Amino acid sequence: MDTKQRVNRRQFLGVSAVAGGGILISTYLEPLSAAESWAAKPAGDFTPNAYVRITPDGVVTIIAKNPEIGQGVKTMLPMLIAEELDVDWKNVRIEQGDLDTDKYQAQTAGGSTATPTNWLPMRRVGAAARAMLVMAAAQTWSVPESECETSLGTVTHRGSGRKLSYGELTTKAATLTAPALENVPLKDPKNFKIIGQRISGVDNHSIVTGKPLYGIDVTLPGMLYATFVKSPVFGAKVASANLEEILKEPGVRRAFTVEGGTDLMGLLGGVAIVADNWWAAVSARKKLSVKWADHPTSAQSSASFEQQSLALSKQTPQRSLRKDGDVDAALKAPGAKVVSAAYYYPFISHSPLEPQNATAHFKDGKLEIWVPSQLPANGRQLVSRTLGIPEKDITIHLTRMGGGFGRRLYNDYMVEAAWIAKEVGVPVKLLWMREDDVQHDFYRPAGWHYLTGAVDAQGKLVAWRNHFVSFGEGERFAPSAGLGATEFPARFIANLAIDASVMPLGVPTGALRAPGSNGIAFATQTFIDELALAAGKDPAQFRIDLLSNAPIVDPPPANAQGQGQQPILFDGARMRGVVELVVEKSGWGKTPLPKGTGMGIAFHFSHRGYFAEVVQATVSKAGILKVDKVWVAGDVGSQIINPSNAENQVQGAVLDGIAEALSQEITIEGGRTTQTNFNNFRLLRMRQAPPIEVHWKLSDIAPTGIGEPALPPLPPALCGAIFAATGKRIRSLPISKHDLKWT
Amino acid sequence: MKVSFELNGKATSVDVVPDMPLLWVLRDVLDMKGTKYGCGVSQCGACTVHVGGVATRSCQVKASDAQGAKITTIEGLSPNGVHAVQRAWEELDVPQCGYCQAGQIMSAVALLTKNPKPSDADIDAAMDRNICRCATYTRIRQAIHRAAALTAADSSPPGRAGSPAGLGA
Repeated sequence: MDTKQRVNRRQFLGVSAVAGGGILISTYLEPLSAAESWAAKPAGDFTPNAYVRITPDGVVTIIAKNPEIGQGVKTMLPMLIAEELDVDWKNVRIEQGDLDTDKYQAQTAGGSTATPTNWLPMRRVGAAARAMLVMAAAQTWSVPESECETSLGTVTHRGSGRKLSYGELTTKAATLTAPALENVPLKDPKNFKIIGQRISGVDNHSIVTGKPLYGIDVTLPGMLYATFVKSPVFGAKVASANLEEILKEPGVRRAFTVEGGTDLMGLLGGVAIVADNWWAAVSARKKLSVKWADHPTSAQSSASFEQQSLALSKQTPQRSLRKDGDVDAALKAPGAKVVSAAYYYPFISHSPLEPQNATAHFKDGKLEIWVPSQLPANGRQLVSRTLGIPEKDITIHLTRMGGGFGRRLYNDYMVEAAWIAKEVGVPVKLLWMREDDVQHDFYRPAGWHYLTGAVDAQGKLVAWRNHFVSFGEGERFAPSAGLGATEFPARFIANLAIDASVMPLGVPTGALRAPGSNGIAFATQTFIDELALAAGKDPAQFRIDLLSNAPIVDPPPANAQGQGQQPILFDGARMRGVVELVVEKSGWGKTPLPKGTGMGIAFHFSHRGYFAEVVQATVSKAGILKVDKVWVAGDVGSQIINPSNAENQVQGAVLDGIAEALSQEITIEGGRTTQTNFNNFRLLRMRQAPPIEVHWKLSDIAPTGIGEPALPPLPPALCGAIFAATGKRIRSLPISKHDLKWT
Repeated sequence: MKVSFELNGKATSVDVVPDMPLLWVLRDVLDMKGTKYGCGVSQCGACTVHVGGVATRSCQVKASDAQGAKITTIEGLSPNGVHAVQRAWEELDVPQCGYCQAGQIMSAVALLTKNPKPSDADIDAAMDRNICRCATYTRIRQAIHRAAALTAADSSPPGRAGSPAGLGA
């Protein structure tokens, strides 16, 4: 844990008195609904820093700093503060913080990082406020603080039984100096009253009553609506367009060309149509005719990638990512059974249900933006750089997001909205069509793993070689198209080589929930099944044996990906723990199953989390696949902060894994995406969702994140179940492309 | 053209182009943001409303076809969000991102109106046209059963009312 260096007292906690006698360990931030009257609100009445406001009426307001994409962080981070503040959760109000990285430091949604990076800091914020309230009460009563205790928002003097509510203490507490966060005592976890409870999402009531919460719901006075048309070949510029005709369409106010740049993550060329309402804009768009300039990647296709991959697989790998022992010698050793197989997974779209959007207003050289973004600070930089507006003149309001999954780590739609708003001069809401989103994603990159392994006469895994074929240039992988040198089974096999070759790519790629891992686990875990079969061993036992090997201790590699700055090394014992737990809970190997029904098992470590999953699936003779049930065992540390949300996240991740494995694929032809909408890029439906049991194994490590690590084991566990049911080994995704018929 | 209909019990008139989908009439003309846009092609169900009590994709209903219709949206389902389905959704902490849930709830209400005690298979069939990208399907299924129980309890005579234990979030 590196929380210590992240905690900076000055930046975390500032205290001031506010009108009405409340203490402000925070700032007043307007909820999204205030966007409607934004013009009437004076700007800039910030009091810098922090998270908690208590008013004399006893209402506790906690600022949720991170963007909410559905991962539950808007509930979870305030729970940490409220726990140590020792208040009644029923009296807590939550407000979404605007982007203010001076005040809140990191405001991000990605990498399952919110829990490990905030577990101590947010608790300290609450504990510091509590300490000041205790101090205020003690001074009021002229008693030592040590004689005072708190519960549910009230300080009690043990000796006399006198009580003061937090609301009654605000004026006094506001005059006190905040204690150093590093030294604030925290609760013993056994005294937690909020952490560990099933707390419902703080926006649930607004959600079920249809309140405006999301970026798409933002409305400003005098606002116009925009659609933005980009080239289906990524990055091609506008050569010409029939703008005069478009301007004659009903309701259209403006139609203009945006030059755009060449960075696929930045502003790209296109045509903006701005109208009185969005329907008018997209209706005019149907009449738009654009001639796109030639582009060098317009010949790329999924078929050409496949051909290049096959060619690269037969050549000497371009580079080595890791080499332990002597793989060649181990493969040739007497008695070694050698298995070779090629694995493939396709490009996939994120497809969050709320299409990309942003609302922007440019006035007097300043920009104000309302946006659903997982990395709003990056977006601010991008807008600043692209439009030449200093970051200090860009205000960003964070809205709830209709899903993220990594798509909104990229701020292309934010810079588009900003550019259009600057051009138009009145507030503009840019909303993408679903087709824009499917065709202009930062896709999960396709990947190929050419694997060779060997087991010895005793059935022990003795050699592993992975020639990973991916996208990139030279030593650089395309975004999220890399493979870490510590990726399992590295360190657990004496003779192991990970090699890589890359080909150039004109398709934007990026992080999709459990990036890297969501494809890598399918290839490596399914290949482990193949090796277990060669060894004549049960797939679960083979894994437990493998995890029991003493790992090679090596210096932290420089190129481990996706685990933050410091590579976090895989702990075989923790993984063994969840494998054993899921074996027990699923009745693995103990339940007699009819022909056509089978169980598969897989595990994966990502984002600091250890997950093992068993899938039971049934395949009819006609080849119709049904996932019967999934068992999950996870180890994400010592505490499940909000069990309700944690289960929801894990079940969602498992079903996401099923969706990806079953039928999701983006194909490229002529440099463009062939899929357009949910009719040809399939999302999971309810009838495809099996029951999912979630089990936790607690370990004595501080809690880690839950949004991603439950996904990667699912595809290989499902493929293992299909093999057990049918004898058919799935080596390429999606499964829907395979004939599963059996006799 | 002028189009008049009953929206959440109130007579409502709008002046829009005839082919504007009801979804955009609701969202952009009437500023009712509860009904969501997800795909525009009747694939996702985020825009589900009731037209004459039937769960309908509002992205596929032209304004001109809404003339005289009786329309209910998530905002008009109940005063203060106390419909049994809304209560069940909150109790079971169904939402993740929450974006699809208005559409899910409208489909669930339509199902329970026709079939007050649906089986899992009934639920799967009735909810097939609503996508949840976060895949909260396990809880949606549970919440529909819970809503059925809440409705039964609400309408049962005094002394027999009560909710099954153990389902609370």
